[in-house]
Amino acid sequence: MELITLPALHRMAVCGGTHGNEMSGVFLVPELERQRKEKGDAIWPIPLTTVLSNPQAIKECKRYVDKDLNRCFTSAILSSPITDSTPYEVRRAQELNTLLGPKQTNDAIDMICDLHNTTANMGLSIICYSHTNWICLHIFKYLQAKITTVPVRLVLLNIPIGDAYSLESVSKYGISLEVGPQPQGVVRADIFNAMKEGVNAVLDWVKNFNSGEVIEGGDVEAFMFKKTVDYPRDPETKTPIAAVHPQLQDRDFCLLKRGDPMFLTFSGETVRYEEEEPLHPVFINEAAYYEKGIAFHLAQKQPWTIPSIQAKKV
Amino acid sequence: MLPALSRVAVCGGTHGNELSGVYLVHERLKRRKKSQVMEPVAVVTVMSNPRAVQRCVRYTETDLNRCFTHAMLSLSASEQTSYELVRSQELNSLLGPKGSAEAMDLICDLHNTTANMGLCLITYSDSDWICLHICKYLQARAQHPRTDVRYIHYDIPRSEAYSLDSVGKHGFAMEIGPQPHGLIRANIFMAMQEAVQLLLDWVRLFNSGAQFEGGSVDVYTLVKNIDYPRDPHTHTIIAAVHPDLQDRDFCLLHPGDPMFLSFSGETLRYKGKEPLYPFFINESAYYEKAVALSLARRRKVEIPAIRSSRM
Repeated sequence: MELITLPALHRMAVCGGTHGNEMSGVFLVPELERQRKEKGDAIWPIPLTTVLSNPQAIKECKRYVDKDLNRCFTSAILSSPITDSTPYEVRRAQELNTLLGPKQTNDAIDMICDLHNTTANMGLSIICYSHTNWICLHIFKYLQAKITTVPVRLVLLNIPIGDAYSLESVSKYGISLEVGPQPQGVVRADIFNAMKEGVNAVLDWVKNFNSGEVIEGGDVEAFMFKKTVDYPRDPETKTPIAAVHPQLQDRDFCLLKRGDPMFLTFSGETVRYEEEEPLHPVFINEAAYYEKGIAFHLAQKQPWTIPSIQAKKV
Repeated sequence: MLPALSRVAVCGGTHGNELSGVYLVHERLKRRKKSQVMEPVAVVTVMSNPRAVQRCVRYTETDLNRCFTHAMLSLSASEQTSYELVRSQELNSLLGPKGSAEAMDLICDLHNTTANMGLCLITYSDSDWICLHICKYLQARAQHPRTDVRYIHYDIPRSEAYSLDSVGKHGFAMEIGPQPHGLIRANIFMAMQEAVQLLLDWVRLFNSGAQFEGGSVDVYTLVKNIDYPRDPHTHTIIAAVHPDLQDRDFCLLHPGDPMFLSFSGETLRYKGKEPLYPFFINESAYYEKAVALSLARRRKVEIPAIRSSRM
């Protein structure tokens, strides 16, 4: 099997509250700080920066104040001039880019682990931008083997890094940990624990990688986003006229085939999936996506073979 | 013998992000526009907080469902310092005035909760035979989907009762969960739709002179609310509802049972002396009201047979 040497990881960040009402991260970040105060920095394999990404949104327990912070990290927005009318989140994105980046430079932090919750039944999903990001794919492989309390899956976005819009794209090897289902504004102990377990497993992996041992490659399965499906809407008012069908609700990552029920209108009719190609729905009924015109994403399941990797000692 | 219920109101969107009621009201108003259906009961359908609905938030300035005490309904125009305070007086004119002979006979106010509560009728009286009989009727018939129906009683005198349903001569909040705020689940919507239909069926039958046999109903009366453990300096929450309690609304909580799990992993236990029934466990809107869960006593209330006095 192919062996690829990569630089050891020197600095990482764990970010929570990028969406101010996704509560696992909002509470896990202060808990990590409490652990640091109690036991010292040595508890972590490398220097760890903890960040509450969107403090104003956290204070108001809202997803965002002016604009979704997690769509503000494209190269274009990060380099746009700041004026009096610049939204709060654009300013904050540029601050975070200074703190953790700058994006696409050598000074950028090695890894950002950005913590999110979803109302969809997605277990622990690792989201990353590229199928050649071996660090992230190996982290997924490790978490999937180690974590047994919730299903662990890999979602790949395959967007070039310049166009990548979310916070973790500021770092060299960024991942989002998305845990659900959890309502916005609520912290569930089981979901919090799954997130904590996920973060601890990422830190374990970093320790193993940095020790110089060979991390065996192998096969992983990823869900690649292809397209989105919106709710059926009233043509005049644009309000949804149907909900996700009970037979699809909570069945993230299952296979949706032609003829399968997708929506149930409020007057009781079933709307079915008419496309030829069977795909996997993800983010089914995420509350924050109603305003983005998304009832769910559809993904293709794709196997990838990842090489063995080893940290190059500098 | 009780007077017939000639005027009934169904209200949704009292909290703008509790979407089952919002969409149910939408649908009813749409159907009303399409076909001038003569319903056997005069039902007024109301979107209570349109501005909050439009923004998909619980409220814009203050919680509308806390604005219906006699004191707040009597505030002068200059004292009405928020959209919701103005709106509560508008709703009181439309559906009340509270405490007067002109008030709606029955108000059913539709709500969702993130707590695993099934369907609950929440009201201020444990001796309102109309509300208790409606509960009994729903308990026997809410099947599509199969739904647990319970009766919750807040022992507050009518004048201090703060919610919209207290404006009618009879009234209750119809609360269904679990559903995250800001989204709609088909099974929850269908349960609410069926319950509202059953409610109107009951009213129609009652008004037509049918007799409803007596029996008994379990009533859960609120005893107290429990807040989250908080950091003494910052007041931020330091624990979540314990996994052994989460989603176990209406399962008896005994002294010593786990209640909270701190973010650092410690279990905190129920220190009360009396076993009580928890509900509204982990309702997201209650974090700001300092309520992690509510605790109730349960007792059986005997209800007499009733029939309307108008044939």
